[in-house]
Amino acid sequence: MVTDIAELASLANRLRRRSLEMVHRAGLGHPGGDLSAADILVTLFLGVLGIDPLQPSAPNRDRFIMSKGHSSAAYYGVLAIAGFLPESGLDTYMQPLSMLNGHPDRNKVPGVEANTGALGHGLPIAVGAAMAARIDHAAWRTFVLTGDGELQEGSNWEAAMAAAHYGLDNLTLVVDRNGFQQGGATESTMRLHPLAEKFRAFGWAVREVDGHDHAQLLSVFHALPFEPAKPNCVIARTHKGKGVSFIEDRAEWHHRVPTAAEVAAAIRELEAATP
Amino acid sequence: MTAPADCRVAFSAALMDVAAADPRIVAVANDSVGSSNLKDFRRRFPERLIDVGIAEQNLVGVAAGLANGGKIPFVCAAACFLTARALEQIKVDCAYSRRNVKLCGMASGMAYGELGPTHHSIEDLAWLRAIAGLTVLVPADPIETDLAVRAAAAFDGPVFLRISRMKVPAVHPDDYRFRIGRAVCLRQGSDVTLAANGTVVWRALEAARQLAAEGISARVLNFSTVQPIDREAILRAAEETGGIVAAEEHTVHGGLGSAIAEVVVGSRPVPMRLIGVPGVFAPTGSAEWLMEHFGITAAGIRAAALQLVEQRVSHGTPARTGN
Repeated sequence: MVTDIAELASLANRLRRRSLEMVHRAGLGHPGGDLSAADILVTLFLGVLGIDPLQPSAPNRDRFIMSKGHSSAAYYGVLAIAGFLPESGLDTYMQPLSMLNGHPDRNKVPGVEANTGALGHGLPIAVGAAMAARIDHAAWRTFVLTGDGELQEGSNWEAAMAAAHYGLDNLTLVVDRNGFQQGGATESTMRLHPLAEKFRAFGWAVREVDGHDHAQLLSVFHALPFEPAKPNCVIARTHKGKGVSFIEDRAEWHHRVPTAAEVAAAIRELEAATP
Repeated sequence: MTAPADCRVAFSAALMDVAAADPRIVAVANDSVGSSNLKDFRRRFPERLIDVGIAEQNLVGVAAGLANGGKIPFVCAAACFLTARALEQIKVDCAYSRRNVKLCGMASGMAYGELGPTHHSIEDLAWLRAIAGLTVLVPADPIETDLAVRAAAAFDGPVFLRISRMKVPAVHPDDYRFRIGRAVCLRQGSDVTLAANGTVVWRALEAARQLAAEGISARVLNFSTVQPIDREAILRAAEETGGIVAAEEHTVHGGLGSAIAEVVVGSRPVPMRLIGVPGVFAPTGSAEWLMEHFGITAAGIRAAALQLVEQRVSHGTPARTGN
């Protein structure tokens, strides 16, 4: 487990760089969401999850379900950093016959728990996984990362009800609350506010953290479960495109592809910011 | 024929049997414990019955998650809501993900009769057989329902089981051997083939008996697996009988008849007749009344078979070719 904050920050910026390079090379992707999720992904995969790249199907592994499957560059990147994939393989992202499809396929990529990409699927799957652990009195935990715009899908709220009804305190939902979706701001598209209150009203234990602060993220994940018999929700306040000034908080970077010059400029910014 | 029986009884008894033998098996319901005949299951395995309430998308997603956690979930829900409301979860979370989930569509077809088209599930086979990697089973009687449940439990992969609540007589002997992917010949014949599944198989057998009395030898095939379809049985039927009537409790667009036609048209074109719901929403009426209304009956199947045979006679096409 990596618990050194500077190392996590460094790995997160390495992941940002890799994501941008992958999207540039593929000519496709969702860089804004890759960058907003980078710190959450690195903290979970390197500092929190009980997983072993040598045994990706171990029955007692912690489950991580990437509901925001479109942030696949960051997802594949963190799987590579965690040892599930060779980092050199990332260059095949979205190339013909690559195992690295635009959205993840668990039957092709080690470590992937669910095929996602259609939004609103991850949380119900995570609820089912947490129920399986509960039935077996097993200690493994289930984590799921959703986008925030994705929470407009009704299936999430069906699952939110069920998680609380069954008292699944072995389940943790992390919301990448970057405030943007494909067409613009979440709040002007379809308001999510007050999000924490919504989950509390559904019976969840909710914490809000700075989703780019590795110390806060580690601390909140180490405090799990927050309350007995309640599912856990971490609302991670993030910035879409975090770490690159000309990408940050700009809706068009939901799926804009950076040019070679933009990648180079982004790398300069990321290197300057890396401890 | 035995007294007609509701296949849900055989379904839940078989499910309890396989659950007793394999602790990984769980049932997942959407406030459907009563309608899926799961009350005994809940009494016997209370911790293995998960009711998610009236929420079908979550129902199927949860099942995929249970499978991720090593369980073998049997999702038990009215076929109409399970397949239409949760189609994307069936496609992505079960089939594309290759999760070992069993989707049991209860009271399928027009079994809910008077409750109307909201509750009819006459499109499910069209939707589901368009999904790659999803095995689709439509048992015809209690014996086959029992065996299909056991086969689904033993099979590693996503399966849809279409279970009716319309009472049907037994069409298989007690020592019947069910195999996924295999159509079973219930009656040999050489003049025409009657292909059916589910609640329509006994009607096809009855039609064959009537045709025999008129000197026409009709083969009856039970296609209890719609996907993967038994190509060999279809090609043999086309080759050896020269014409196929396909009858099903489903829209004629995209179900069993279409599946058979897709094979026939590519490899061994012979005339066909498709019997089913002709692309309309059903009017009000009981399930049996609706079957009569749409001619999904022994009489309807017989009439279509006679048409095929007469058409062949008028075109001078022999039933048997080759050899």
